[in-house]
Amino acid sequence: MATYLEFIQQNEERDGVRFSWNVWPSSRLEATRMVVPLACLLTPLKERLDLPPVQYEPVLCSRPTCKAVLNPLCQVDYRAKLWACNFCFQRNQFPPAYAGISEVNQPAELMPQFSTIEYIVQRGPQTPLIFLYVVDTCLEEEDLQALKESLQMSLSLLPASALVGLITFGRMVQVHELSCEGISKSYVFRGTKDLTAKQIQDMLGLSRPAVSMQQGRPLQTPEQPPISSRFLQPVHKIDMNLTDLLGELQRDPWPVTQGRRPLRSTGGALSIAVGLLEGTFPNTGARIMLFTGGPPTQGPGMVVGDELKTPIRSWHDIEKDNARFMKKATKHYETLANRTAANGHCIDIYACALDQTGLLEMKCCANLTGGHMVMGDSFNTSLFKQTFQRVFNKGYNGEFRMAFGANLDVKTSRELKIAGAIGPCISLNAKGPCVSENELGIGGTSQWKICSLDPSTTLAIYFEVVNQHNAPIPQGSRGAVQFVTQYQHSSTEKRIRVTTIARNWADAQTQLQHIEAAFDQEAAAVLMARLGVYRAESEEGPDVLRWLDRQLIRLCQKFGQYNKDDPNSFRLSESFSLYPQFMFHLRRSPFLQVFNNSPDESSYYRHHFARQDLTQSLIMIQPILYAYSFHGPPEPVLLDSSSILPDRILLMDTFFQIVIYLGETIAQWQKAGYQDMPEYENFKHLLQAPLDDGQEILQTRFPMPRYIHTEHGGSQARFLLSKVNPSQTHNNLYAWGQESGAPILTDDVSLQVFMDHLKKLAVSSAS
Amino acid sequence: MSQQGYVAAPPYSQSQPGIGGFGSPNSSLHYGHYGDPNSSYSAPQPGVSKSTVPFGSSAPVGPPPPGAHQFSQPSFQNGPGTPGQQPHRFQGPPPPGNTGASYPPYSPQSQPAFPNAAPASSTAQLADQLNSMQINNYGPGPTPSPGHPASFQSPRLPPPPTQQQMVLPPGPQVPPPPPTSVNGLCTQPSLPPVARQGGIPGPVPPNPNLQQLPGQPPGPGYHPQQANYGPQMAGSQLSYPGAFPGGPAQLSGPQQKKLDPNSIPSPIQVIESDKAARGGQVYATNTRGQVPPLVTTDCIIQDQGHASPRYIRCTTYCFPLTSDMAKQTRIPLAAVIQPFANVPPNETPLYLVNHGETGPIRCNRCKAYMCPFMQFIEGGRRYQCGFCNCINDVPSFFFQHLDHMGRRIDHYERPELSLGSYEYVATLDYCRDKKPPNPPAYIFMIDVSYRNIKSGLVKLICDELKTLLDKLPREEQEESSAIRVGFVTYNKVLHFFNVKSSLAQPQMMVVTDVSEVFVPLLDGFLVDFEESRSVITNLLDQIPELFADTNESETIFAPVIQAGMEALKAAERAGKLFIFHSSLPTAEAPGKLKNRDDKKLLNTDKEKTLFQPQGNCYEALARDCVANGCCVNLFLFPNQYVDVASVGLVTMYTGGTLYKYNNFQLDGDSPQFLSDLRRDMEKKMGFDATMRVRTSTGFRATEFLGAIYMNNTTDVEMAAVDCDKAVTVEFKHDDKLNEDTGALIQCALLYTTVSGQRRIRIHNIGLNCSAQLADVYRTCETDALINFFAKSAFKAILSQPLKTVRDILVNQTAHMLACYKKNCASPATVSQLILPDTMKVLPVYMNCLLKSCVLVGRAEIPTDERAFHRQLVMAMGVADTQLFFYPRLLPIHSLDVKSDAVPAAVRCSEERLSEGGAFLLANGLSMFLWLGASVSPELIQGLFNVPSFAHISTDATSLPDLDNPFSKKLKHILEQLQSQKPHTMKLIIVKQREQPEMLFRQFLVEDKSIYGGASYVDFLICIHKEISQLLS
Repeated sequence: MATYLEFIQQNEERDGVRFSWNVWPSSRLEATRMVVPLACLLTPLKERLDLPPVQYEPVLCSRPTCKAVLNPLCQVDYRAKLWACNFCFQRNQFPPAYAGISEVNQPAELMPQFSTIEYIVQRGPQTPLIFLYVVDTCLEEEDLQALKESLQMSLSLLPASALVGLITFGRMVQVHELSCEGISKSYVFRGTKDLTAKQIQDMLGLSRPAVSMQQGRPLQTPEQPPISSRFLQPVHKIDMNLTDLLGELQRDPWPVTQGRRPLRSTGGALSIAVGLLEGTFPNTGARIMLFTGGPPTQGPGMVVGDELKTPIRSWHDIEKDNARFMKKATKHYETLANRTAANGHCIDIYACALDQTGLLEMKCCANLTGGHMVMGDSFNTSLFKQTFQRVFNKGYNGEFRMAFGANLDVKTSRELKIAGAIGPCISLNAKGPCVSENELGIGGTSQWKICSLDPSTTLAIYFEVVNQHNAPIPQGSRGAVQFVTQYQHSSTEKRIRVTTIARNWADAQTQLQHIEAAFDQEAAAVLMARLGVYRAESEEGPDVLRWLDRQLIRLCQKFGQYNKDDPNSFRLSESFSLYPQFMFHLRRSPFLQVFNNSPDESSYYRHHFARQDLTQSLIMIQPILYAYSFHGPPEPVLLDSSSILPDRILLMDTFFQIVIYLGETIAQWQKAGYQDMPEYENFKHLLQAPLDDGQEILQTRFPMPRYIHTEHGGSQARFLLSKVNPSQTHNNLYAWGQESGAPILTDDVSLQVFMDHLKKLAVSSAS
Repeated sequence: MSQQGYVAAPPYSQSQPGIGGFGSPNSSLHYGHYGDPNSSYSAPQPGVSKSTVPFGSSAPVGPPPPGAHQFSQPSFQNGPGTPGQQPHRFQGPPPPGNTGASYPPYSPQSQPAFPNAAPASSTAQLADQLNSMQINNYGPGPTPSPGHPASFQSPRLPPPPTQQQMVLPPGPQVPPPPPTSVNGLCTQPSLPPVARQGGIPGPVPPNPNLQQLPGQPPGPGYHPQQANYGPQMAGSQLSYPGAFPGGPAQLSGPQQKKLDPNSIPSPIQVIESDKAARGGQVYATNTRGQVPPLVTTDCIIQDQGHASPRYIRCTTYCFPLTSDMAKQTRIPLAAVIQPFANVPPNETPLYLVNHGETGPIRCNRCKAYMCPFMQFIEGGRRYQCGFCNCINDVPSFFFQHLDHMGRRIDHYERPELSLGSYEYVATLDYCRDKKPPNPPAYIFMIDVSYRNIKSGLVKLICDELKTLLDKLPREEQEESSAIRVGFVTYNKVLHFFNVKSSLAQPQMMVVTDVSEVFVPLLDGFLVDFEESRSVITNLLDQIPELFADTNESETIFAPVIQAGMEALKAAERAGKLFIFHSSLPTAEAPGKLKNRDDKKLLNTDKEKTLFQPQGNCYEALARDCVANGCCVNLFLFPNQYVDVASVGLVTMYTGGTLYKYNNFQLDGDSPQFLSDLRRDMEKKMGFDATMRVRTSTGFRATEFLGAIYMNNTTDVEMAAVDCDKAVTVEFKHDDKLNEDTGALIQCALLYTTVSGQRRIRIHNIGLNCSAQLADVYRTCETDALINFFAKSAFKAILSQPLKTVRDILVNQTAHMLACYKKNCASPATVSQLILPDTMKVLPVYMNCLLKSCVLVGRAEIPTDERAFHRQLVMAMGVADTQLFFYPRLLPIHSLDVKSDAVPAAVRCSEERLSEGGAFLLANGLSMFLWLGASVSPELIQGLFNVPSFAHISTDATSLPDLDNPFSKKLKHILEQLQSQKPHTMKLIIVKQREQPEMLFRQFLVEDKSIYGGASYVDFLICIHKEISQLLS
C-alpha cells in the first residue's frame, strides 16, 4: 500500500490536508459503520515554498448560497467562456478579465497542481499589526527584570510599522500612554471593577467627544490624530520611549502582607485590553499578549482568593465542586474571548510561575482566538525567553509566521455535510445547505473564524456523508471539499487561500478493501484524539475513555480479521496496525488523564494538542524514543520499559519535554569521567549525540519544550518512566527475568495486556 | 415671653419665662469689677472731642479736668499724666454734614451729664424723664468715694469696681417698626435723645453707683409716636435688626432726637483701657476663676496651674452655683478652646511628660489625666480625682512624699502637677490599630481645568510649591520635615503623580473612574521632598505645560477629596489635602452640584437650605475623611457661584481652612493667595485628633461648636487641628456646683504631631462658682460670649429661619442684661439701661453679629460669601471673632513715626472719618485703606509716591515700598495687623466718594448698614426697650 502512503503524503504537502479516509464510503449508513468519522486535518496556512500567490481576485460561483471558488475540478467550456461549479453545478460566466482563456492558456486556478492557490486581494485600508502587551507587575524582582528585558528585546523583532501598546497590572490596571514627552502617563483602573467596553472607552477618552463642546470655546481641533494614538503607537516612533518605560516599570507597589498573594487583576486588565482594541481597531490583526506570573486574585476573573492558606483549585476540588471561583472566572474569560474573537483579535497567554496561574479558567482566551499559550516556571528561563522570541520568528521568505483574522469557509459537494471543527477557532454561525445537524466539535456552521494562526495551525474538520444508501453515486464520481481561507497576512495584505480536494466514492459493501486500504491511521488517531479531548473538556474523564474504548473495539470488530471468540486469531491489516497502539498511549496521555497534572497543565496540554499538525500531535500522543549506544547508530526504539537499558542513552521527545536519559552504566561511566579521557573520545561523542539531536528539536519547536537531562535513578527520570509502556512492572518483574529493561512501579496496564483485552472484546460474539 | 429655642436644645437660651427675683438688696455692691477699671474712663474722651469739633461746640461744658478721670488702677497708673493723651487719641472726626444738624439739640441735655459734679441732679432728672437714656459709670475713681464706702464689697481689690449704666427710655416709647419691615423695631430716627455721661465718675460723686445723666425731655414730635407704639409693645417678641425702611421718613422729622453716639459705650475705649491697664504685663494663671486680659491686650502669660487664656477662654469665670441661677441669667456657660493656639516666643512652650510604657496616669473612674486638680492623700499613696472625686492609687513609679502642706515634694518638678497646659507622650494604646503612626502627608491637588490654566493660576501654584516645600513644618529639633508630599491634578478626571526618587522623570497616572475613585499607586505617591526633590521639581515644571492646551472646563470635586483620603488611608497616614479649585463641580461624578443659588429663597423658611450641602455625598465624605485623619484645605478661586456650602463642608468638618479669592487675578491677588498658602503650609498643627472635655461633677459639656466632627456626644473628632482653630464648648449644669471646689475643666486632645508622634495635649482650667449673680456678671468675657453667640447662631441657621435666629439673639441679649438690671443693679435705676461693666460692649458687638452678612439675607450679598463667612466664623477663636465682628479702624494720617506702637483705633463709624484723613480698616479677612477727599498731598506722596489724590490707583493691592519713615511705619503696621491672622488680608484702596466706598462702609459697623443692619445707637435703644419690657 505504499501508493496510498505516498498519496497521503503528497496531498499533505500540497494541500495541508489529511483525511481519515481517502476513499469515502458512499452512503450515510456505511459511513457510520466505519466508526472513525470522515474527517480531515487541515493546516490552512501550510508553508508552501512552491506556491507564489497570484495577484488577483478569485472567481466565485454566482449562486449566492454557494460562492465556491473556481478550481481545477470545475468543468470549463472554453468556447462559451463558461464554467460549471463542481459543488452546486451552477454554470457561470467567466469575468471579462478571463476573455483570453483557452485549453492552452489556463489561469493558474484551473491547473491541477494548483489545487491549493493563494490570492492577494486589495480590500479596504491596510492597517498595521497591533501588539498590545499586558504585563503583570506582581512578579519577583528577578522575574520582572527578565520579562522587561524580553519585552524590550521584542520591540526590535516587531515589524517597524506595527503598533504597540502597553498595559500593566497588579492591584490596579494601568494603560500607558506612549506619546508623552518628559512625563510618562498612564490611565489607571481599579482592578476589582468589571467595566463594560463602553465604560473603558469613555474612561480612556476613546469615544468620540460629544459634538457640543464647551460653550464659548474656540474649536481648535481641526486635524485630530486618531484618538487611539495615545495608547497604540508605531514601534519605530516610540521604541526608545517604550524601552525606557519598560525599564522603569516597577513591581506592583502595593504591599503584600504575610500569608497573602499579591492582588493581581488579570481579569480586569484583559478586559481593558480587549475593550481598548475593540473600540479602536475592530477587525484588524491584533495580538493581546498577556504576561502573568500568578493567578488572578481579585476582581472579575479571579481564580483564587489572596489568602495563601487556601490553595488554588486542583482537579480534586473541581471534581468535588469545590472550586469557588472557577465558574465565574471561566465565564468572564469566555465572554472576553468571544468578544476578542468577534473583533478578530487574539490573546496570547504567557504564564510563568511555579504554581498554577489560572490557565484552566483563561484557556478559552487563547483557544478561541488562536492565541498562544505558554507555561513556564519563570520569566527568567530560556524556555520563556526563547519561546517568546520564537513568536516573532520569520518564515523562509522573511515574513512573520503569523496571520490574523482568518475566515475559513468550507464547501462540500452535496453528498457531504459539515459536522464541525475542532481547533483554535470560533463558529461564524454560517448556516447553509452543507451544514450537518449532527455536530462534532464546533458545529452548526460552515465558516469559522481563526483570529490568529501560523503555518502549523491545524484544524480538525469533521464531515458527514449524507448520501442515502438507496441513491447510489455514479461509479467514478468524486466527492469534493473546498477550503477558502481569507486572512490578513503578516505583511498586512489580505489574502485568500483556496484548497480544493476530491476523493473517490466507494461502496462499502462491495469495495470495503479499497476503503480499508485508504485508511490513514495516523490522521484517524489524531482526529479521534481531538474528539476525545474535546469531549474531555466537558465530560467526565472515565466517560471519554469508555467512549474511546468502544470506538476502538468497534473499529477492530469492523476491520479486524478473526474467528469469533478466538482472540488469537485476531489480525489487523497494515493500515490499521498502529491504531490500537496510538489509542493505548492516548488513554495514558495527559490530554485525557488528569492524574498527576494540575488543571492548568491539563489545559495547557490540551490547548496545544488542539492546534498542532499531525506529526506533532502524534508525538504528543505517542512520544518518540531514540536510543544511542555503542551497538550501532541512533535508532528509534519502542516506547517501552524494555528499551531502558543500562548501556543506552535515551532521547525522548514528548513535544512538551525533551528528556535525555543516561542508562545506569553510561551514567557510571560519565561519573567516572571517561568522556574527558582522550582514549574514550568515542564515549564523549556518544554523550554528545543526543544533546545535539535534542538541540535540534529545541531550536524548531514552538513552544520550546522543557529540556530534561537525567540519568538512571535520577528524580527527573520519572518523565521517561511515566511515558513508556510499562511492560515490566514490579508485578511481572520476575516473569520477564532481569536481563533487560527497567521495571516501572505502576499498576497501569501494559500495551500487551491492553491488546489482549482488545482482542478478546473484538472477537467476542457477545458485543 | 415665648422663647424659641434652637434646634433641639437651645444653645444659648436657658429658657425662662421671666427674669428672676431681685438679688440681695445690696447686690449693687457687687458691681465692682476689679478687672476693668479703665472702662469707666470712656466718657471723657468723647466729651473732649465734642468740645473740639464743630458740632460739639454748642456744648456748654468743656472737657472735664483730666485729673478727674479715674482712669486708672490706683496701683499702676493713677494720676493726671495718663489722661493727657486721651484727647489726642480720640481726635473726633468731623461730623458728616448731614448728621451734624441733628446733634446740637441733644448736646444741651447731654452735656450736663458729663460733669460728674451734678449726680444728684441727674438722678432727679431721671426720675422725671423716663424718656432719657443714661449711661452711668460706677467707677468711683482712683480714690473710693468716701460717700459710698459700702459699695465695695471687696475693698482689697485694687481696681475699683465700675459699672456702666445706660438709661434708655422704657420700651413703650420706642417706635415700632413699620409694618413692612421684617426687621423691626429699632427704627432709630424716632428715638429719644440719649444723654451720655461721659466723664466718668469723677472724683467724688455723691452717689457713685448711679451717676446718671439727665435724659432729654421728649421732643414735641415724640408723643404721637409713643402713641403709635403702644400696641406694638404688647407683642411679646421684639424683632430685631435689619432694615430701617421707615427710617428716612422719620429722620426727616425735625423734631426727632438722636442718641449721641459718643455717649454710648465704646468698644475702643474698653479695649484701650484694658491695654493700658494690663498690656505688656505678666499675667500669671495662678488663681482659679480670675478673668484674663482682653484678647486685644498684649501681655505675657505665665502658666501657674491653669491653662493660658490663649488656649481656653471662658464666657464667664464664675459659674452660677445652680442651674436655676444659670437659667435666670441666661449667660451661656462656655469655653472657647484653641488647643494649638500660637504662643509668643517669650512664653514657655508646652512641656512634654512621659509616664512610660503604661501611658499617662489617669483616674480610674472618669479617665481624667493627672493634673494639678488631683489631690494627693494618705501620704502620697493615693490621690483623689478633682473631677469625679474617685480615690485612686498612685502607681509606684509615680509615688512621691508629701510636704507639710500636703503637696508633693516634686510638685514644681512635674508639669502635670503644677501647670495648666502640658503634653503627655501617648502609648500604643492611643494609636490607631495600636501601631505607631506614620508622619503625616500633605497632598496638593490642583484643578487644571481650562480656566485655571488660562488664568496662570496653575503655574503660579507650581512655581510657588517648588520653594514652599522646603518649609514644611517640622519638629524644632529635627533637621528636615518628616511630612510626605504627594501631587494630584484633576479636571474631569484625576491625575496622580509618581515622584519616586529613583525615577528619571515623574509618572502620571490618570484615574478616570470617578464614580468609584481609588488611589492608583502607593509607593512613589507620598514621598520625602528632600529625596525626590529633582523629580518633584521636574513635575512642577511640567504640570502647566502638560495641560497647556486643555479645553476641559468641567470639574469634579468630591472624588478629588475621596482620592486624597483614600491615598492617606492606604498609606496609613493622617494628613492634609491642599485643594486648589475654581468652579462648580458639574462633571458627572459623585458630588456633582447644580447651581441652586436662588435669591427668591432669601428671608423665607427655605433660606437655611442655602447653607446646607446639596445631597448627602459631602457629609458622608466628611465622615470618612475624619475617620481617616484626612484634613481638607480648600483654596477656592471662583468667578461665579461654586456652592461654598457644599464644597466647603468637608473642609469644615475636617478642621481644614477655606480660602476664597473671588475673581482671582494673577496680578492683584497672587500675593494674598501665596501668603495664605505659605502660612497654611507652615502652620503647626496636630493630626488625627480627638478631643475630650472633662468637667468636675455638677456640670458637663453639652455642645461643641467649631470645625469639628462629632460621632457621639462626647468625643470631638478633628482630622486636624491647627493654631487658628477653636472649639467652643457649652456647659450645662446637671447638679449643684460647689463653691469650694469650683468648676474644673480638663480638655485632653489626642493627636499626631507633624513628625508622627502620638501625644496628648492637656489644658486644665478651674473656674469659680458662686451663688451671687453679680459674681457671674463680674467675670463675664464679652469677646468669648460673642464668639459663642456667633457660632451657635451660625449653627442654628442650618435648621431655623434667620429671623428666628436673630430674634433669639436679641432676646437673649436682653434677657442677660435684664437679669443683671433686676438682680444686680440698684432698683432706683428702673428706667435706665444698665450694663454690667463686663458686658458694656455686648450690645455693640451683638449688633455687629446681627448685621453680619450671614444673618442678613439680601440679594446683593452673594450666597457663597455668606456661606464662606459662616464657615470661617465656626472655626474662629475669640481674638478672630472680635476683630471680624468689630473691625479695627486706625487713623493713619496722624501716625507717630517715632513710636513703635500701632496707633489707637477709632470706632467704626463714618463720623470718625475725616476728609483730611486716611484710615486703615482691617477685619481679619480684608483690609481697606480709606483716603479722605482732601487728604494731604504729602501723605499721598509719602505713601504712594504720586503727586495727588487723583493719581492714586485704586487697583493696587499693596503699597509701594518707599524709603520714608511714614511709609515704613505704615508697612510695619500692616505687618502687625496681619501677624497671627489665619487669612491674609488683601489691601483695598478706597477713595472717599468713589464707588468702592460702599464696600468699605459695610465695615463701619456702628453705623446703619446699607444692607439694613441697625446702627449701634438704634440697637441700644431696641435692647433697652426689650429689657424694659422684660422687667415690666
